[in-house]
Amino acid sequence: MTTVETRLTEFADNNEKPVGYGRMLRKEDPRLIRGQGNYVDDLNLPGMLHLAILRSPVAHARIKSIDTTAAAALEGVVAIVTGADLAEKGLAWMPTLSNDVQAVLATDKVRFQGQEVAFAIAKSRYIARDAIELINVDYEILPPVVDVRKALDPDAAVIRDDLKGKTNNHCFDWETGDAAATQAVFDRADVVVSEEIVYPRVHPAPMETCGAVALFDAVEGQLTLWSTTQAPHAHRTVYALVSGLPEHKIRVISPDIGGGFGNKVPIYPGYVCAIVAALVTGKPVKWMEDRSENLSSTGFARDYIMKGEIAATKDGKILAVRTHVLADHGAFNGTAAPVKYPAGFFGVFTGSYDLEAAYCSMTAVYTNKAPGGVAYACSFRITEAVYLIERMVDCLAYDLKMDPAELRLKNFIKPEQFPYTTKTGWVYDSGEYERGMRLAMELAGYDELRKEQEEKRARGELMGIGISFFTEAVGAGPRKDMDILGLGMADGCELRIHPTGKAVLRLSVKSQGQGHETTFAQIVAEEIGIPPSDIQVLEGDTDNTPFGLGTYGSRSTPVSGAAAALVARKVRDKAQIIASGMLEVSVADLEWEKGSFHVKGDPSKSVTIQEIAFKSYGAGDLPEGIEGGLEAQICYNPSNLTYPFGAYICVVDIDPGTAQVKVRRFIAVDDCGTRINEMIIEGQVHGGLTDGVGMALMEMIAFDEDGNCLGASLMDYLIPTALEVPDWETGHTVTPSPHHPIGAKGIGESATVGSPPAIVNAVVDALKPFGIRHADMPLTPSRVWETMQGRHVPSI
Amino acid sequence: MQVSINVNGNQVNEEIEDRTLLVHFLRDQLLLRGTHWGCDTSNCGTCVVWMDGEPVKSCTVLAAMADGHEIRTVEGLEQNGQLDPVQQGFMECHGLQCGFCTPGMMMTARALLDRNPDPSEEEIREAISGQICRCTGYATIVRSIRWAAVHEASAKQGSNS
Ligand code: FES
Ligand code: FES
Repeated sequence: MTTVETRLTEFADNNEKPVGYGRMLRKEDPRLIRGQGNYVDDLNLPGMLHLAILRSPVAHARIKSIDTTAAAALEGVVAIVTGADLAEKGLAWMPTLSNDVQAVLATDKVRFQGQEVAFAIAKSRYIARDAIELINVDYEILPPVVDVRKALDPDAAVIRDDLKGKTNNHCFDWETGDAAATQAVFDRADVVVSEEIVYPRVHPAPMETCGAVALFDAVEGQLTLWSTTQAPHAHRTVYALVSGLPEHKIRVISPDIGGGFGNKVPIYPGYVCAIVAALVTGKPVKWMEDRSENLSSTGFARDYIMKGEIAATKDGKILAVRTHVLADHGAFNGTAAPVKYPAGFFGVFTGSYDLEAAYCSMTAVYTNKAPGGVAYACSFRITEAVYLIERMVDCLAYDLKMDPAELRLKNFIKPEQFPYTTKTGWVYDSGEYERGMRLAMELAGYDELRKEQEEKRARGELMGIGISFFTEAVGAGPRKDMDILGLGMADGCELRIHPTGKAVLRLSVKSQGQGHETTFAQIVAEEIGIPPSDIQVLEGDTDNTPFGLGTYGSRSTPVSGAAAALVARKVRDKAQIIASGMLEVSVADLEWEKGSFHVKGDPSKSVTIQEIAFKSYGAGDLPEGIEGGLEAQICYNPSNLTYPFGAYICVVDIDPGTAQVKVRRFIAVDDCGTRINEMIIEGQVHGGLTDGVGMALMEMIAFDEDGNCLGASLMDYLIPTALEVPDWETGHTVTPSPHHPIGAKGIGESATVGSPPAIVNAVVDALKPFGIRHADMPLTPSRVWETMQGRHVPSI
Repeated sequence: MQVSINVNGNQVNEEIEDRTLLVHFLRDQLLLRGTHWGCDTSNCGTCVVWMDGEPVKSCTVLAAMADGHEIRTVEGLEQNGQLDPVQQGFMECHGLQCGFCTPGMMMTARALLDRNPDPSEEEIREAISGQICRCTGYATIVRSIRWAAVHEASAKQGSNS
């Protein structure tokens, strides 16, 4: 293993190699390490008021009455607003990103614990909090629907009686693949393995909670909203549709964001409340949720109960997979996924294997829990899909008594089969799976690990080795298939080169820590030869950036990264024409060498991009038909998704006395195609691996039978600290995407997708001597202990 | 009530509401926004500052309790235009992504190095274990702090010779 000391020699190379890809220190860091970041809560406008939200203490109840007298009388309170007040303005309900509706403030019923009921606007944070304590709500308690398996029982209370004609808790059905063909394969298979695999409800819990500051200029009719959003442009359009304010009078600013992971994609009632409060008071209003509000009311993730089945020959050729999923969508369907994909990209549950058939059916239901569904770096449900297939492959290996690495190697899609169309219709663009798998095995020392395990088992020690191999599908997406609320998932991008050769790049996406200011400057630098330090990257301000759908689903590099490269090429093409005029040769006689054009065969005759920029704005004529200035704008519509992949190996030790799982080593080999900034890629992988440890071993948003959220604080919802995770070991292969302009594929969620199955597979492997084939996450000491005792452990 | 607190070497005298938390006093009253707030239960450590040289969670300290004491925040790390080696280490080793946990992490790191100039990886992990980073996976934070330790040691050696 590499030690900490040897890594110190890996100096950043941005000073030595100032143009293009490679390791480079981040442009955003100088402000952040000085405490000079600019997060939403850092904003303090003159005369600003504060907003606090009163939330439901119960999961399901009818609101009989709300008494706000005492709260309104409190000194320092400016206004108290209830659902009834919003209903008068037609603002009590808002659309979700899944074409459902969600209450901004409850008018009729509360449908989950933590739901927004009323808000107070006051002169200070503390007074606003005091005020909501004084609001008196009379609830008539209704039976809550908590157990997802009972949500469709005929006697279950109907949660969504706001929807016309709704008589049950059914949300949607969905299927993919070929049921009959799959059945036929299962009928003739030697071996069929089935297992119920549960991916519990978890929460992204970024360190910065959600919040907003709203400012309304009544004279201009202009609304400015600073908010914690990963998708400022999409939010602006929704606000325009909901509020009736014209879109050009709405400006959404997303300043520095303290982590998002999908949590900051949806539109939350709190944002709308802040807007209403600014309209009502004429003053700027700040709303920042606290941690328990964040954990109990904002976008959760997963919550899939998956019945998995896998069919194979007895020598380990996998033939087909089939699954039925019961999906818990909470009280409102707040999933943020392309419209045609109500289950996100779960359709890639066939994984990295060459199969004969596959089929998935899904039933989604409403329960009395917080809405959400797609969040926590889930890559539009690929997290669940990969967990299912990688767990099932291990179950098959267990039954066949085969080595899990060998079983995977035997079934991978082969390099020559790409582009590969899966049995559920996804076209994987490229892959070299065996190469990645073998590299991970080599880095891990797989054979030695198995030997060590054998020796330890003989001594009664519990050591496990877990493998997962995943294929991701990122970069949503082609407009012909993908939109959110009717907005196509293409991304705009604009590049301006100033006369002195410095540049500004405007993006529609929004970093939440991924380092866009650096990576995107490098992409443009590589294309146009201006050093990244001379390129300012602007994003997160709808007035100053072109339209696009934002950052989630690892889409920034695949979509906006492509846009940035292409807009730079467009500028370079124009620069070439201007250069031909300057050098008095034809365009075809010019050769590009990063940063300058020179005459073919005569490198001494050259002009730099900076000289061309000056000329483009300068005196004298330009070649015929060429306008002055050096800038361009494009909107990139991806032709396909990109398909990153990776091979992960995890080594765990379990204390036989306490059942505590220790992740001893984790080896991650990723292939995200062309690599732009090694340092940032490694950081993205590390973060995702840590998420994986959290989900596999610690994190769960659980509920009691009354629907009380049991994970509503960081004391109850456990997130890994530095003590729970090992020093990560990473490696990579490079298989460029054939259709992406620079061959990049995206990396943001790979590790979150790929690591949970590796860790669970390792724990289950360690428990093999107990005859265990499967155990559900999170594998806490108590769960592992119960499993070791052969007791049944309820999954959620 | 009135408090008199030395913040980053400057004496401040301010009128506060009795119940004001130190984190809110620093952020909202003194406009020192580098100290963050991330939880309700003293678990996250985004709010770590020093009180009399010791790291404390400023969400768990009343501003009134800091009366007559010395507070140091992330804004006080850089001295005379010179970044603290810990700040440099975080940039060099990618010890931050969103930057939200970073000020708290750096304050703890500085305190650790002051008492133990050559901490092992285990000692570093232990020192920051009361704080959460949701982005980095900690390995790069550990490397950042080691970077600072190594560079401080060689700077000292340089000035001794
Ligand atoms: S704000 Fe979380 S520990 Fe202080
Ligand atoms: S850098 Fe984002 S929480 Fe640590």
